[in-house]
Amino acid sequence: MREIDVNEVTALVSRLFQEANFLLPADVIESLQAALAREESPLGRDVLEALLKNAGIAARERVPLCQDTGLAAVFAEVGQEVHFSGGSFVAAVDRGVAAAQAEGYLRASVVSGACFERANTGDNTPAVLHTELVAGDRVNITVLPKGGGSENMSRLAMLKPADGVEGIINFVLETVGLAGANPCPPIFLGVGIGGTMDRAALLSKQALLRPAGSPSADGRLAQLEADLLEKVNALGIGPGGFGGTVTCLGVAIEEYPCHIASLPVAVNIQCNSARRAAGSL
Amino acid sequence: MAEPVRLKPPLSEDDARSLEAGTRVLVSGTVFTARDAAHRRLIESIDRGEELPFDLEGQVIYYVGPTPASPGKPVGSAGPTTSSRVDRYTPQLLARGVRAVIGKGDRGPEVAAALKENGAVYLAAVGGAGALLAGRIASAEVIAWPELGTEAVYRFEVEDFPAIVVMDSRGGNLYESGRKLFRR
Ligand code: SF4
Repeated sequence: MREIDVNEVTALVSRLFQEANFLLPADVIESLQAALAREESPLGRDVLEALLKNAGIAARERVPLCQDTGLAAVFAEVGQEVHFSGGSFVAAVDRGVAAAQAEGYLRASVVSGACFERANTGDNTPAVLHTELVAGDRVNITVLPKGGGSENMSRLAMLKPADGVEGIINFVLETVGLAGANPCPPIFLGVGIGGTMDRAALLSKQALLRPAGSPSADGRLAQLEADLLEKVNALGIGPGGFGGTVTCLGVAIEEYPCHIASLPVAVNIQCNSARRAAGSL
Repeated sequence: MAEPVRLKPPLSEDDARSLEAGTRVLVSGTVFTARDAAHRRLIESIDRGEELPFDLEGQVIYYVGPTPASPGKPVGSAGPTTSSRVDRYTPQLLARGVRAVIGKGDRGPEVAAALKENGAVYLAAVGGAGALLAGRIASAEVIAWPELGTEAVYRFEVEDFPAIVVMDSRGGNLYESGRKLFRR
């Protein structure tokens, strides 16, 4: 058994949320650069240049990449031989989110009483925390500050098995078409297929953790990712939604077995500010 | 591409009516911020016949909720937020003289109609470029409803703030025309 003080969890979560909000991941920057080389619309190239400049300024001056510094989605893989000491792991994660908000001058974008009060919690907590038990004695934490603009355009459908791959493709295209300029294109798409309603949604967000340009290990899913990318880009929405050939920078699919009667499909849209950061204890 | 058109608020109806969807602009001068909560309060104040925190005539409203300013900076990250959340309030503000609004994303038909009727434009700034756009904001001051935090009304003094005309006063819509042009 390995003992880990929860204060280490707090420190790691705080560092990761700040890093994520100031440093756009290298794979995202590379895909923006590649997009700039192939975008045919002059206005679209203007937008891509602005986003690349923005990433430089954010990193140099420690100004958040986007003013929506996101809802704190946290994915924790906890080795089953770990024992946490010094208090609650969940509370430690939230303290990390709050510390990042204060130290990094991030925006408090969370309200409690979602239905009635909608009162700002003041420190961007609570996180939406997904914890998975894994083998070993390490803790891996990945944070994904998620913007409201792109999250709001995400959708889920409980398709019929007979709808098949064609149904999945149509649903993805319909979702991106409806989203238009709202999720700040160029976007990334996380697609969760299978499981239950909730599992499909979780898979779609987990798919966004995969670095840009790393296809599914399953050859047929990798092909479907490539086909979807091409079809989405043929929609013409373009950078900023001003029209163009690059609407989407990458599609990642995650799959899980499902009920014989079901074909759940979730599409989680991620904006150009595709922020994430990972670390371990 | 044509050079950007320079806009210095307050804008006249003619200024607004001369702008065409797809035109790049650079705004210099004063703009006021308002998100959903501030819009609701502005409309409530109008309904009660109260004085507004700023005179709407000719003004530019920017839909933004900045991050807190870090020491030594006038403002934090400050890019546009989704405009459609304030669609229901926009026609009333345009009827009272607001000439341009800056945000991102599609707007409803009520906004398109109000732009035409009153002579105003909907501009988009690049969503996701909050750090870059913050560099064009020389000063920021909360002028109303500080209790709303990031949603308070700020007066920004901006310099060469870049945006694009998405919807003009003649029914032009860059989101629609751009998408059509590049659809394969
Ligand atoms: S959708 Fe993303 S890039 Fe656009 S404003 Fe929201 S967080 Fe920023």
